[in-house]
Amino acid sequence: MEFLDIFLSENFWSAALRIATPLIFGTLGALICERAGVLNLGIEGIFTAGAMAGWMAVWFGSGLWGGVLVAMLVGALIGALHAFLTVPLGLSQHVSGLGVTMLATSGAYFIYRTALPDFSSPPRIEPFQALDIPGLSDLPFIGPALFQQTVLTYLAIALVIVVGWVLSRTPLGLALRAVGDNPDAVDSQGLSVYALRCGAVIVGSAIMALGGAFLTLSAFNAFFFGMAGGRGWVCIALTVFASWQPRKALLGALLFGAFDAYQVRLQTEVGALLPAQFFLMLPYLLSIVALVVAARGADYPRALLKPWFKGQR
Amino acid sequence: MSDHNKNNTSELPATKTQSTPPAEAPVLLELRNIGKRFGETIANECIDLTLRKGEVVALLGENGAGKTTLMSILFGHYVADQGSIHTADANGVLQPLPPGNPQAALAARIGMVHQHFTLAENLSGFENILLGSEKLWLPARGRAALRARVEAQMAESGLHVSLDERVSNLTVGERQRIEILKALAHNTQVLVLDEPTAVLTPQEAEGLYKTVALLASRGLAVIFISHKLHEVLAASHRIVVLRRGRLVGELTTANASKDQIAEMMVGHEVPRTERGEATVGEPVLQLLDVSLESSQQRQRLQHVTLTVRRGEVVGVAGVSGNGQAGLADLISGLALPSSGKLLIDGEEVQRTGPRHLMARGVARIPEDRHHQGVVASMNIRENLMIESLDDARFQRFGVIKAAASRSHAIEQIDAYDVRCEGPDAVVGQLSGGNMQKLILARALDQEPLLILASQPARGLDIGAQTDVYRRLLEARKRGAGVVLISEDLDELFTLSDRIVVLHDGELTEAGASDEIDRREVGLLMAGQGSNHQQSTQESAL
Amino acid sequence: MIRLESRNSSSHWLAVLAPVAAALFAMLLAAIPLMAAGQNPITAYGLMFKGAFGGMFAFTETLTRATPLILTGLAAAVAFRAKLWNIGLEGQFYLGAVGAVIVGSGSIDAPAAVLIPMTMAGGALFGALAMLGPAWLKTRYQTDEVVTTLLLNFVILLLVQMLLEGALKDPMALGWPQSAPIVDNALLPALSAKYRLHTGLYIALCASLLVFALMRYTTFGFALRAVGENPSAARHAGISVSAATLGAAALSGALAGLAGVGEVAGLKGYLTADISPGFGYAGIVVAMLAGLSPLGVVMAAVFVAAVFVGADSMSRALSVSSYLADLMVALALLCVLIGGFLMRFKVTWVSNSRRTSSTGAEV
Repeated sequence: MEFLDIFLSENFWSAALRIATPLIFGTLGALICERAGVLNLGIEGIFTAGAMAGWMAVWFGSGLWGGVLVAMLVGALIGALHAFLTVPLGLSQHVSGLGVTMLATSGAYFIYRTALPDFSSPPRIEPFQALDIPGLSDLPFIGPALFQQTVLTYLAIALVIVVGWVLSRTPLGLALRAVGDNPDAVDSQGLSVYALRCGAVIVGSAIMALGGAFLTLSAFNAFFFGMAGGRGWVCIALTVFASWQPRKALLGALLFGAFDAYQVRLQTEVGALLPAQFFLMLPYLLSIVALVVAARGADYPRALLKPWFKGQR
Repeated sequence: MSDHNKNNTSELPATKTQSTPPAEAPVLLELRNIGKRFGETIANECIDLTLRKGEVVALLGENGAGKTTLMSILFGHYVADQGSIHTADANGVLQPLPPGNPQAALAARIGMVHQHFTLAENLSGFENILLGSEKLWLPARGRAALRARVEAQMAESGLHVSLDERVSNLTVGERQRIEILKALAHNTQVLVLDEPTAVLTPQEAEGLYKTVALLASRGLAVIFISHKLHEVLAASHRIVVLRRGRLVGELTTANASKDQIAEMMVGHEVPRTERGEATVGEPVLQLLDVSLESSQQRQRLQHVTLTVRRGEVVGVAGVSGNGQAGLADLISGLALPSSGKLLIDGEEVQRTGPRHLMARGVARIPEDRHHQGVVASMNIRENLMIESLDDARFQRFGVIKAAASRSHAIEQIDAYDVRCEGPDAVVGQLSGGNMQKLILARALDQEPLLILASQPARGLDIGAQTDVYRRLLEARKRGAGVVLISEDLDELFTLSDRIVVLHDGELTEAGASDEIDRREVGLLMAGQGSNHQQSTQESAL
Repeated sequence: MIRLESRNSSSHWLAVLAPVAAALFAMLLAAIPLMAAGQNPITAYGLMFKGAFGGMFAFTETLTRATPLILTGLAAAVAFRAKLWNIGLEGQFYLGAVGAVIVGSGSIDAPAAVLIPMTMAGGALFGALAMLGPAWLKTRYQTDEVVTTLLLNFVILLLVQMLLEGALKDPMALGWPQSAPIVDNALLPALSAKYRLHTGLYIALCASLLVFALMRYTTFGFALRAVGENPSAARHAGISVSAATLGAAALSGALAGLAGVGEVAGLKGYLTADISPGFGYAGIVVAMLAGLSPLGVVMAAVFVAAVFVGADSMSRALSVSSYLADLMVALALLCVLIGGFLMRFKVTWVSNSRRTSSTGAEV
């Protein structure tokens, strides 16, 4: 059966991992913000801006890791803007997020166009190459399937473990989880609600930007308009699906990556029967279904979307 | 404060704090000339307060007197406009306390149990206590030591509770114990309790007074905020009375009398609400073996049978969370019974919905006026009309009759003495008392057969409270039946002809209010039938 | 330390002044990237103004551009008033356009007086349906509508591409993915022979008045506002929250769909996949600039349209990227958001170093 054969190709699994990587970064970032009580709809703009900034840094000679750092910095700055609007000012998290996405996206496009006005097709850079892990990369099937990814993919998976550990085992994680449930609890224990929330949004946004950087520095090698392609929104859906837990976020991203890789390959198998756009729609529809199916559950940050002001009891 | 029932403090076993600390006990806390305004309102003015080691001071005042504001200033949630606070350091020397900083208050070894709990429900009790005790940028350390200290404190104070259970699974009483342990966790020298018995049965409250006395005898200084007279007399060494933001009296508890402090608290003789005789008629509300299933504990009801007749007030007592929300939802039209029958005026309610029930003559005064009672951003005219959007008085073919609703609003404002700038005034700007008057005006407008009143006087000062009571009793006199759900036993005994008790979703008839006493009701609230031996206070609260 | 005090009253003229100030401030901020791109902001803004208002052609272009923005702005305003975060306006626009193309395809034979309203109704219906899906998911399953409407935009766009290459494809268009032109009887009449202004503008203005009356004077509007401000109290008062939400969704989607109808049946005559340069998203900014007021939406739409039209013209003259317009619009949104905050709170600076002497007097 052609449908099952797809799973037997190493190519499928490695594509699944590759597609999942930016989603892992994005969902981790979104999850950190939301656990602290702030919805960050700036994610789509941060993806775009991170992608552009990382690429442009490399284009102007910074080296790939320099590009990664620049992307994170840009993400953090955008996050700082959203944090300022939503935390101390307590403005609508929805509107601020959308405004930030619009600003980051149009800013990225404007800067790109202004800095490089003369190219007819997007200029390329030399991206991250697949990292060879001695021993693992050479295993039959599993090697090429799972262990020929670029370093950023491995970073994403490592980050899942780190973020999970910080959230569940450290005092910082405890405070973060508390502030997303009841900021008064945190304030009464002498901790700063503002600092915790702003910090979470800034760090979360920096991680989101890594997702964007992955697109231009690893998955592809140039910056295209519309590159984010709705990935940011998918991450917001995946965050709910993952019940705000890093390990489930990894699972969700992998499932989505697998689905997306599958649908692309299905097109070539079944292509003539249905138009390409039908297959392209499927991942978005899947995200909507995932969102509906995921019940709110016990882990919903109770203070999400509610502004908190110091000195108002 | 009605005195004609026999349920005053002399009934309860004397828990009067016995040993008064010597007058030369070191001063641990000094508030000097504290003043605070919120815009035009004076919350605190020229308040001085001294607290010595081992003392229990009750801060008494009606709602809105400024007690919580004062303590919030102490704890650093607010910054005072004038004055200063001094606390004793490790050597007993008074040092100024940096304002506006809970961390400084904690460092000065002040612990506070807020009226509305400050617990993160997704964490365990111990994790809540842990919060803030470790540096955020370091890995976890010292947890075992803190744990040991907390467990020692539990044993010493008798406040037993599971430390590892998720807070969302704890009962209200258990959460309070966590809150107290949290406040005591760091070698605390001053403990502030803000209205701690609002969520407790009378017996649990007794237990709390004992715990406080015990802690005080070990050297802890305690400030106890309350608006309940019997409580301050039972549990303190000294009473400080606030009224309209000013300190109007300070007495040793031993020398104080109820009438004396009541008058200090209100500023004039406290008006007595006289209930008068009831003229009881046909049943207007009947719940026949009604059960309500729900994912939330606070809504569940089991096999409830209740009859309310015209012209009578039935008081529903019980600690919040025992099914009151479910009962209110049923009568409000927000839920249908899962089994059993609900009858209004003899006819079964089969289709629910607030509009159906209102059409049958049911009026509702919701528990949370801000959340359920009014739309704060809309004006008075709109809020008065919101329950009657289908009414021919206010609309035709969906188009609002602006003039009619306006004149109606003006009438109501006048009739119920709502202090405001007019029908176009935004409701969010009204005081709690005026907002409640508005809600009453709306509810009583169509001469209802049945009135559901949930915590109708919560958070109101004595004047507003008396007004609410008067209106409810007037409605009763006119022949309406009233279901009064309240946590305040004084209120229940003042207004009700009959009292029933909700515990764990089950309803028990306590009896005519003139024939039973607080202790019996308290036992029922705690789930112990009146046939049981009265158990001397449970180990904890 | 900053101290926030809630302002007691909000004066009406401040409510009008604030967005204007926000818009101006946004333009000020946008001068920074302009200068970074090596341009003189004064020259650039001058060219923008000329491009938007300098002459009949420019002015009518601005109004033509404002037509769909008024409608998407109204759509956003209605939804946001009900706290329904309809970010799917772009998709509803496109689906409305598809509806217009289907009704106006020529299979229905009727005079213009009948066919035009039918086309409008068809587009409005399609738009309404597009929003009813996410709204129903919200009322039934408490599914957050922000993400569902956003993702649906992508789905609908792909659907449109699919239709344009398939069922709706114009066989005479030499292979370009576009729909067959709408029959003459279904086209919205032009308002002028020389310029691109069309009846859609009148429809938009009428819609603005109707929505205003609806929100202010009807029980439907009242219920919608109550549900948006305090769903718990609305429910307690007997208002059906789901009915109000679905009603708001239907109205919002219908208005966005009408915007699509206008562009296809009034301006272009046929449908392509790129017919909207983001009218849906811009509608959100228009609504926020208007403070969610249906009448204010008209002014806000003209402003945003002027920015886009003016920036188009300026960018051609100065070879500045026209993305500057998007940048300006995004800045305007954020500025209006902050402006709203300043209107609600009075910000005072309180010195933290207050010290008091031992007698308690302030130093």
